Amino acid sequence: MAKHHVSTTINGEPVEFLCDTSQTLLDVLRNELDMTGTKEGCGTGDCGACSVTLDGELVCSCLVLGAEANGKAVQTIEGMAAGSELHPLQRKFLEHAGLQCGICTPGILMAARELLKHNPDPTEEQVRYWLAGNLCRCTGYNKIIEAVLDAAREMRGESHA
Amino acid sequence: MLKKTEVAMNPSELIGSRPVRPDGVPKVMGLAQYGADYELPGMLWGKVLRSPHAHARIISIDTSRAKALPGVKAVMTAADMPDQAFAYQGPERVQLNFWHMTRNVMAREKVLFVGHPLAAVAATSQAIAAAALDLIDVQYEVLPHVINVEEAMRADAPVLFDNLFTRGVEPVPDKPSNVTRINEIKAGDIDSGFAKADEVVQMSFTTEPVHQGYIEPHAALARWGADGQCEVWSSSQGHFVVRAYTAKLLGLNVSDVVVHPAEIGGGFGGKTVIYLEPLALTLSRLSGHPVKMVMSREEVFQATGPTSGSSMTVKMGVTRDGKIVAADGVFKFQAGAFPGSPVMNAAMCAFSVYDLENARAVSYDVVCNRPKAAAYRAPGSPIAAFAVESVVDELARRIGMDPLELRLKNAVKAGSPTIWGPKHAHDGFRETIEALMNHPAYKAPLGPNQGRGVASGFWFNGGGESTATLHVNEDGSIALATGSMDVGGSRASMAIMAAETLGVPYESVRSTVADTASIGYNFLTGGSRITYATGMAVVQACQKVIEDMRARAAMIWDVDIESVVWQNGAARPADPSVGDFAPLTLKDIAAKRAVTGGPIVAEVAVNAGGQAPGFSTQFCDLEVDPETGAVKILRYVAAQDVGRAIHRSYVEGQIEGGVVQGIGWALNETYIYNDRGQLENPGFLDYRVPVASDLPMIEAVIVEVPNPNHPFGVKGVGEVNIVPVMAAVGNAIRDAVGVRMTALPMSPPAILAALDAEAVSA
Ligand code: FES
Ligand code: FES
Repeated sequence: MAKHHVSTTINGEPVEFLCDTSQTLLDVLRNELDMTGTKEGCGTGDCGACSVTLDGELVCSCLVLGAEANGKAVQTIEGMAAGSELHPLQRKFLEHAGLQCGICTPGILMAARELLKHNPDPTEEQVRYWLAGNLCRCTGYNKIIEAVLDAAREMRGESHA
Repeated sequence: MLKKTEVAMNPSELIGSRPVRPDGVPKVMGLAQYGADYELPGMLWGKVLRSPHAHARIISIDTSRAKALPGVKAVMTAADMPDQAFAYQGPERVQLNFWHMTRNVMAREKVLFVGHPLAAVAATSQAIAAAALDLIDVQYEVLPHVINVEEAMRADAPVLFDNLFTRGVEPVPDKPSNVTRINEIKAGDIDSGFAKADEVVQMSFTTEPVHQGYIEPHAALARWGADGQCEVWSSSQGHFVVRAYTAKLLGLNVSDVVVHPAEIGGGFGGKTVIYLEPLALTLSRLSGHPVKMVMSREEVFQATGPTSGSSMTVKMGVTRDGKIVAADGVFKFQAGAFPGSPVMNAAMCAFSVYDLENARAVSYDVVCNRPKAAAYRAPGSPIAAFAVESVVDELARRIGMDPLELRLKNAVKAGSPTIWGPKHAHDGFRETIEALMNHPAYKAPLGPNQGRGVASGFWFNGGGESTATLHVNEDGSIALATGSMDVGGSRASMAIMAAETLGVPYESVRSTVADTASIGYNFLTGGSRITYATGMAVVQACQKVIEDMRARAAMIWDVDIESVVWQNGAARPADPSVGDFAPLTLKDIAAKRAVTGGPIVAEVAVNAGGQAPGFSTQFCDLEVDPETGAVKILRYVAAQDVGRAIHRSYVEGQIEGGVVQGIGWALNETYIYNDRGQLENPGFLDYRVPVASDLPMIEAVIVEVPNPNHPFGVKGVGEVNIVPVMAAVGNAIRDAVGVRMTALPMSPPAILAALDAEAVSA
C-alpha cells in the first residue's frame, strides 16, 4: 500500500508523517507519532475523548483522516501546558477534582479551552451544552463544570469565588 | 449553584480535606499511560474474530488462509489454550468455574452470543490483522437462541449447556436447563406477617441489562518470553486477579506472569474479569513477539459486561401506622451466556434497609444468549431496589405517610436482623434519612407535572486482602506503595491517611501502585474496599514505622523505647524525666538510618474484616413532559453514610458519579436486540449515557457515622450511591404524573405509553 506524505504542525512544531489513506488522525497521533494523550473511547464521534483542534476548530480526531491534516495546524492535549506550567483549566481540574479515572479529561480540556476562547464568561448551562459531546462516566459532571467555571473566572482576571 | 451540605466532623486537618491527587498532573497533561497507551519494540497487533450468531455449534474453524496472509504472525483458537475442569470454586455468592471462564474468553464447542470470540490473529499492522479475520473460515450449525430471562426459563427453551443442571434444588433435576441455580433465604414467617398487614402491595418489574460504560475500552499488551516468563500491561480493577485468572487459563504458574497496572479509564465492576489477556499472551507465545489488543467500542458493548436484566415480583405488607410486617420477593436475573449473575447479592440486599421479622427472597440465576454479565456498581442491589423501593413508595401512598417517615419508622440499626442470618452491626442508615428530612429542599413546593421521589439503598461493602509498603527516604519523605488499582483517587486517600498517621505533610508522601512482582497480594479494587482495607494496611504500615522510629530515637538518646513518644511527625521524650532531648523528626532519624539499623521500611498485609455497609437515601425532583414522555431531572439530593470522608472531593465525586449512572439506567440505557439475537445499539450514539446537558448539579450530602473498625472510621463509598436511583426516579414520575413505571428504562415512549394507558382506563 502506498502511503501518503503529510506535512502539518502539531502544537506549533512542524511534523511530517506517512499514513494510509484510511488512517484516522487519532490513529496517526496515537500509533504513528506516539502522542497517546488523545484518547479513543468510541472511534465513531460519540464520546469526545479524542477531541483536538484542526486549524483552530474543535474536531473528533477519530472522524478526521490523517491525510486531512496536511497543511493544517493540529493542537492536542500535549500542547496545552506551557512547558511544565499548567493551563488554568488543567490546574482547576486538579483543584476541583474534575477527574476521577481521567480518560475523558484530555478531550474535555480541549473542548473547554475552545469554549473559553469563544465565550470567556459562560453560564453553567452554556458549559453543560458545550460539553454535551464529551462523555464522562465517572464524575457526574459536577466537578468538571465547576472547574471550567472557575478557570473562566480566573482567566477573566476575577478573584476566586 | 455549588451546593454541598456537609454533616461534617473533622478532628484533623488532613482527613476530609481536598488535596490535589498524586496522579493528577500526568492525567491533565495527557501523559498518564492507560491500557492502550503502552507499546513494546517489535510489537504486533492482535484482533479477535467474533461470532455473528447468537447460538451455534462450531463445526470447524479453518485458519489456513489467514495464516498465509503476509504480515500475519500467528492465528489462535481455543485449541491453543488448555481446557479447564468443570468445577464450581469459591464462596457461593461469587463462585468461579474455569470451564466457563475459558469458554467465555474463547468459544469451544459452541458460540453462545453474538460477539463471542472464537479465533484471534496477530499481525504486523491493524489493517492486516483485520484483513486476516475475514480469511478465517468457520462452519456453524446455527441453533435456536433465547434472549430473555422468562423465555429462557420455559421448559421448551433452547438449552445452552447439556451439562447444566439446576443447583439448589432437591432432588437434582435429571434434565439440563438454563436455570443455573435457585436460592432461597428467609427470616420469620411471611404468611403470619402478611396476616398482620392492613395494606399489601404486590407488583412485578422488569429491568434491561445496562453496560458499565467506562470510556476506556479494554486493552492488553502482552509479552511471552522464550523462557516462559510473561508480562502483561492492562487496565483492570485488580492486576493480581488478572494474573491469577490468566495464569490459570493458560496453565502457567502464577509466578510466571507479571502484571503491570496501567491507569484505568473507568471500570465500575466491569474490569474485574479478563477478556484479552490470555489471548494476547497466547498470540505472543505463538508469534514470538509482544502483542497488543484493543477492543473497539462495538466489541465492548457486544462482548463485555453488562449487568443483568431481570424479572422480579415483590410483595410487601404494612400496618396503618407504618410498620412493614412482611416482605416477599422473587428475583430472576439474566446471567448472560455463562452462570453467575449477581442475583444472590440482589436477594440479600433487597430488604436490608428495613427491620423485618418476616421476609423471604428467592433468586434464580438464568443463562441466555447474551454476553456474560459482569459486576456493575453494587452488583444486583440496584435492580432489587428498583422493585422493593417502588413497592415501599406505594405502601406509603396507601397509608398516607411521608415516604421518608415510613422509611425512618422501619429503618435498620445495629442489632436489626438481616434476611441472610447475621444481625446488622452498624448504624448509619437512619442518619441518611434524617439528613434528607432536614434538607431545606425536601419540602419545597413543586409545579405542574413535577414530582418528588424518595428511595434508599444498601450495599455490603468489602474488606479482604491488601498489602502496603512504606519506605522512609533519606530526606524524610515517604515512598508508599500498595497493590490496589486506583480507580477513583485512592492514591490520594492513601497519601492522606499515611501523612495523617505519621504526622508529616501530604506532599512528602509519594503514593504509588506497584506491579504484581513488587508487592504482596492485593485483591481487586471492587466492593468499595480500598479506602477501608488497603487503607488499613497503609495505616498499620505507618504505625510499624512509628514503632521503628521510636526505637531508633531511643537508641540515639540511649533511653528505652517506652520513654519515646511519636507526636506531630517527630519522636519526643515521653515526659521531662526522660531527659532534655530536642525532638527528632522523620527527617532527622532518616538521616541517621545507616547507624540506627539501616533502611526504614515496613510492609503490612491485612485480610480486613469489620467493614461497614453503605447506606444511602436520596430524593429526586423531576418534571415529565406529558406531550413527549420526556423526563427532566430538576434536582437530585443523595445522602450517604461514608463513615468518614478521607478525600472529601473524591467522596462527593463517587456519589455524584454513581447517581448519574443511575439516572442513565433509569431513563435511557438499555440493550436492544433484534430477533436474530444481534445487539442493535452497540455504540454511544444509540446506547445513550447521560451527558452534561441532561443534568443539574447532583447534591451529595455526606453523612459521617464512623466505622469503629477502621483507624479513621472509613466505610466504603463507591457503590451504594447507585442503588436507590432508579426507584427514586420512578417514584418521582409516579408523583408527577400518576403512573407507576414498572419496567426500565423509563424512556419517553415507555412513559407516553403508560400515560396513554392511564388515560384510557380512567
Ligand atoms: S473516540 Fe472520537 S469521539 Fe469517541
Ligand atoms: S473521569 Fe472517568 S470518564 Fe471522566
